[in-house]
Amino acid sequence: MHTTLRVAQINPALGDLASNLDLHVAEVDQALADGAELILFPELSLTGYFLKDQTAELALPPDAPLFAPLLERSKSISIALGFAERARDGRLYNAVAFLEDGRVLHVHRKVHLVSYGMFDEGRDFGAGANFAAFDSRRGRFGILTCEDFWHLPGPYLYFLQGVDGMLVPSASPARGVTERDRDEDGAARLRSATVWSRLLEARALLTQTFVVYANRVGWEDGIGFGGQSCVFDPFGRELGRLPALESARLTTRLEGSLARRARVQTPLRRDEKVWLLREELARLEREGAIS
Amino acid sequence: MLDVQVELVQQLLVDFLREEVGRAGFSRVLLGLSGGIDSAVVAALCAEAFGPRNVLAISMPYRTSNPDSAAHARLVAEAYEIPLATIDITGMADGYFAGVGLDQSAAENGAQVALRRGNVFARCRMIALYDQSVSWGGLVIGTSNKTEMLLGYSTQWGDGAHAVNPLGDLYKHQVYQLSRHLAVPEALIRKAPSADLFEGQTDEAELGFSYEVADAILVRMVDERYSEDELVDDGFERELVRRIARRVVRNQFKRLPPVIAKIGQRSINHDFRYLRDWGI
Repeated sequence: MHTTLRVAQINPALGDLASNLDLHVAEVDQALADGAELILFPELSLTGYFLKDQTAELALPPDAPLFAPLLERSKSISIALGFAERARDGRLYNAVAFLEDGRVLHVHRKVHLVSYGMFDEGRDFGAGANFAAFDSRRGRFGILTCEDFWHLPGPYLYFLQGVDGMLVPSASPARGVTERDRDEDGAARLRSATVWSRLLEARALLTQTFVVYANRVGWEDGIGFGGQSCVFDPFGRELGRLPALESARLTTRLEGSLARRARVQTPLRRDEKVWLLREELARLEREGAIS
Repeated sequence: MLDVQVELVQQLLVDFLREEVGRAGFSRVLLGLSGGIDSAVVAALCAEAFGPRNVLAISMPYRTSNPDSAAHARLVAEAYEIPLATIDITGMADGYFAGVGLDQSAAENGAQVALRRGNVFARCRMIALYDQSVSWGGLVIGTSNKTEMLLGYSTQWGDGAHAVNPLGDLYKHQVYQLSRHLAVPEALIRKAPSADLFEGQTDEAELGFSYEVADAILVRMVDERYSEDELVDDGFERELVRRIARRVVRNQFKRLPPVIAKIGQRSINHDFRYLRDWGI
């Protein structure tokens, strides 16, 4: 596996599918011109984030005609973008579509919807129910939408499925500005960015995969999204990072040889005891210790 | 717990102002410049976000206002090279007072008259700002900070009326921190905060506690979710904690739009749910 990756840190307009589609097409064309083979957009990049009652008005099936210009371009570049999905049965999902070779290769439905603090996704969306890895021309990937990445099962299941990389689209609000959130070297730093970086680094290190984080920027009713999209390699090293508050593009190479070397050096997957997890879960359930 | 990274806050708030005002289709803003610390900080942020020529500051004295207020407003306008207009609200306010018999000599209930007059001043200023916003072609920017909003130390539909508010998530202590970082004129930082609604008024005398203590209690209560007992364990006086908590609760109405009776299928603010930024 080796591919040239583009992370598009964009500022979608709330609820404006037409202008957001134009923005996606422009970013894809630029990525193509720059030689990228895979482009990742943030969570709900086609719709904006705090949709509330707009969710039902903007939700689309993955085969909607709106995707046509992107599907056409996906013959030359693989595209992962966020959208509100309307399933055949009428359920709505916070979804990510992976487009390749002119078709929708994979759709990930966000499993861990956030419904606390400023978030209310559980009210507007149904929850996805799997973490299915998929093979693309660019490698084997798993998608984790924002909160999916905070819970242990998603990254762990992708680790078991042997992915090369985890794609993490996000709409993470910028927050935490107190002095205690400042960087050790004295630089100004958002608490939200520090926490995300730790998480991304740790997950990359523990799963020995590339971790690609695409966060959006811009404001919706006074909530600002923090940007700082970044990429970590299978050793947990940062390969690149974008600034906090502006639209920006990150390009980096994902070389499968790095994952191979990391996994030889420390064979975490080889020594993983899945049987132990299975048996322990069964025992704990039998004993009523977990539900 | 309260100290903020001022350069980061400045960056966030300038970005916030540009985008929230820009998305609404405006490139100009206006604000009331009282001569106090809050509006001085907002003026500085607006000057950076939109360019000083796109910011209109309006000083709105009443005849009994402390002359220092207008002088300090001038200092701020000069410091950030913002055009300053003055609209004297004396005629407006006195016309109303005479019409309803609310001059001070007629006062039977002194405290209530002072309250009513203060609210009238704040609402006269709101009328002037919203009227000027039409000819200026800009949005009214608010200057209320988190401390006064939580305490309800403001006039509903007066200083509480504005389109966009950059200071609403900053405690008074943090506004002071930011004011030093933005080089607000020293005279404003040094003087006691005052709504200047009557002679010799100071916020802290009127509230009955200092901003320092209020901020320390509020940040624990609101941001860190301390219980009353935990606040007392941290050394705060229980009676004061209760007084402040009561103010926060009692003034929730000032922070929300009016209550609408839901009698239909889909009702504004109940289950007709869209952001303000919807469609702009």
